[in-house]
Amino acid sequence: MVKKFISVFLAGMLFAGAFPSVAFSATGPTNYTFTYNEWNVPIPSPDAYRVSAYILGQHLYFNGESIGPWRSPQDLHVWQGYLGGEWRNLLYVVDSGNNRIVILEFYGENNAEYRVFDIIDHVIMPDGEPSGFNNPHGIYISDWAFNRGQIWITDTNNQRVLHVNENWEVLTEIRHPGNYRRCADSEGVVFIFDPGEGPSLLEADSDFLPSKVAVDFSGRIFVQTRHINRGLMEFDRYGVFAGYMGAPPVDVNIIDRFWRFIATQEQRERMLLNVPVEYNNVTIDHEGFLFVTTASYGVEPVARLNAMGDDVMIRNGFEYPIGDLWWGTGADRSGPSEFIDVTALPNGTFITFDRNRGRLFAYDTQGQLLYVWGGPGNREGFFTFPTALDSMGHTLFALDGGIGGNFAALTRFDLTEYGALINYALDMYHRGLYAESYDVWNEVLRINGNFGLANTGIARALLRQGDYRRAMRYFRLQNDARNYGRAFGFYRRIWMEQHFWMFALGLGVIMIVPPVVKKVIKVRKEIMES
Amino acid sequence: MTAIKKRAGRAPNSTALWFKNYLASLRYSLYTMRRPLDGFWDLIHEKRGSMAAAHTIVVLFVLVQIVYLTQTNFTFININMETFSSVFVVMNIVGPLLLFSLANWCLTTLFDGKGRISDIYMGYAYAMVPQLIIRAILTPLSHVVTYDEMMILVLMWYIGEYWFYLLILCAMKQIHDYSFGKAVITTILSLAAMGIMVFIFLMFFAVVSDGIAYFYSLGQEALFRMRRG
Repeated sequence: MVKKFISVFLAGMLFAGAFPSVAFSATGPTNYTFTYNEWNVPIPSPDAYRVSAYILGQHLYFNGESIGPWRSPQDLHVWQGYLGGEWRNLLYVVDSGNNRIVILEFYGENNAEYRVFDIIDHVIMPDGEPSGFNNPHGIYISDWAFNRGQIWITDTNNQRVLHVNENWEVLTEIRHPGNYRRCADSEGVVFIFDPGEGPSLLEADSDFLPSKVAVDFSGRIFVQTRHINRGLMEFDRYGVFAGYMGAPPVDVNIIDRFWRFIATQEQRERMLLNVPVEYNNVTIDHEGFLFVTTASYGVEPVARLNAMGDDVMIRNGFEYPIGDLWWGTGADRSGPSEFIDVTALPNGTFITFDRNRGRLFAYDTQGQLLYVWGGPGNREGFFTFPTALDSMGHTLFALDGGIGGNFAALTRFDLTEYGALINYALDMYHRGLYAESYDVWNEVLRINGNFGLANTGIARALLRQGDYRRAMRYFRLQNDARNYGRAFGFYRRIWMEQHFWMFALGLGVIMIVPPVVKKVIKVRKEIMES
Repeated sequence: MTAIKKRAGRAPNSTALWFKNYLASLRYSLYTMRRPLDGFWDLIHEKRGSMAAAHTIVVLFVLVQIVYLTQTNFTFININMETFSSVFVVMNIVGPLLLFSLANWCLTTLFDGKGRISDIYMGYAYAMVPQLIIRAILTPLSHVVTYDEMMILVLMWYIGEYWFYLLILCAMKQIHDYSFGKAVITTILSLAAMGIMVFIFLMFFAVVSDGIAYFYSLGQEALFRMRRG
């Protein structure tokens, strides 16, 4: 008995040693990670990300003194590259309430150490005069080859977008585009100011409140502007307004149209205009596609736009990436998720940040939900008023704007081994190494038996190996009818080939026996009669 | 005493006869399926159908429907078994049947309809037979058909559905001795009547529960004040 116990124990040890083991602690911190299963029911999951640093402004020191608490910080941007002759991992925090940009540097093993690298509260205008910020809301630092290190800042209340170089000297100042119209001639681009003529692109007396900014690989500047619902404002690399792009399509339903039809002119004027909704953030991923988010109901809350402004996001999950599927009221929050920011990781996974419930939703390149974590609250890993999210490799930085100058915090999340294992499996899976990903998916499933994507991964590996029967079983677990049908088609063909003799025999019996019996009866009858 | 004895003596023969008639009336449903106009006329007026057979068809339909919903391959019908309830299946089948019988009878008695409520019930039950057969075939067939060949099953399902509608119309025409147009109109009107009946049921229960709640709280209030003295 004892021997048997020891052998079982040893076998268990061997099995456990076959894979990198993941340590679980019952008392450790948790972010209440969950996923939705194949019936869209939320199921608890191990943490894929855990808080590794909770950075408050008053705990940061620069030149020997505290930099003071954050005041409603609005944007984050990660930039890694050579600055001052050294490779640096920098995180730019737009501390809007304090009208400054705080640059944190991460260094050491796994970039675990951090310090304040610089604090910027003004830029140098071309005439040499310093010019301060007034409630800046966004920042972008180029990582494209031709303008690496240049910086764009949306200085919201000064109504301008600043394009500055590494030394914070202004190259271009983009102001209210007014009634500029674009006229191209052979020399290049010439602009004519004609307030009286032509369709107005932005009313000359309206405010220009740029909020978020992104620059693509060809130098086009995309500015998300408040109170603009025609999409993103696009400026060319010289800062000249080029038009709007990527407006979400307006959907007019027949009932609205009917009411509009029967309404009088006065009523019609008082009705809500049927206009596209406003984006609230813009990011560029590693392939140069724009990620935009919106908190409005009725359009896709997160979209991936190509250079033409068309939505090219792949949505192959059970549900579209819309965040929470259960909208019940809880902790004073109700309704759908309101995405405020999105970040794309190097492997194509993107993570959205929900302002409503303070949750982070991770989706893979196919738009399938991986895991959800976070929540409302003012402790580590929870958020009172989410504002921004960015990633350094697979490390995440989430910014909490706080309420009325309190609770503003920068939270750093690092992958757990479970999250890393999922990423490893996804990488193999997306590279088409289905057979090789089999063991990894099994290990994921060992840690979290409710992780549905692992079933799909295993099923695909089995399908590739020709084990159709088991592939069918795993696809069945994920309610994946289409792929189940593929596996079943192969299985059915093999079954038919193996059991063909049965059909042949059956057919033969049907074709031969009745005539023979008939003949026998006939012959017997003739014999009897004769 | 003698009467009982007499009946007891005749019982085996009578039971056998009844059973024979029952089987014949059950088998007759296959005829009404194929020759609806002739079939539904004889069903009532020649007493070829029986209530026992109609009940049998309904019970069979409920069983087939439960098997169909639960045992069809998940590619085509996928129901979360945690939320599945056979009681709802029974209600979904028997509820419309009874409601339709009642609503149609209420309506057709006003419009020279010849049918009694049991005739309407019988006609409806007999009209369900093709759907029953097709669903019984669909269930095993779904396990040899892949996702890409779904059209075959969808087509069969639609055939069963429209066959049922056609049979209902034929049954209404023949049972009430109507012209076809009148049958269509009364059937549509009885659907509306079903809706009104459901609405009145719901309103009635809402009002009654509100009334009970009112008197209950009145009593509570009275008790509370008495206790305070």
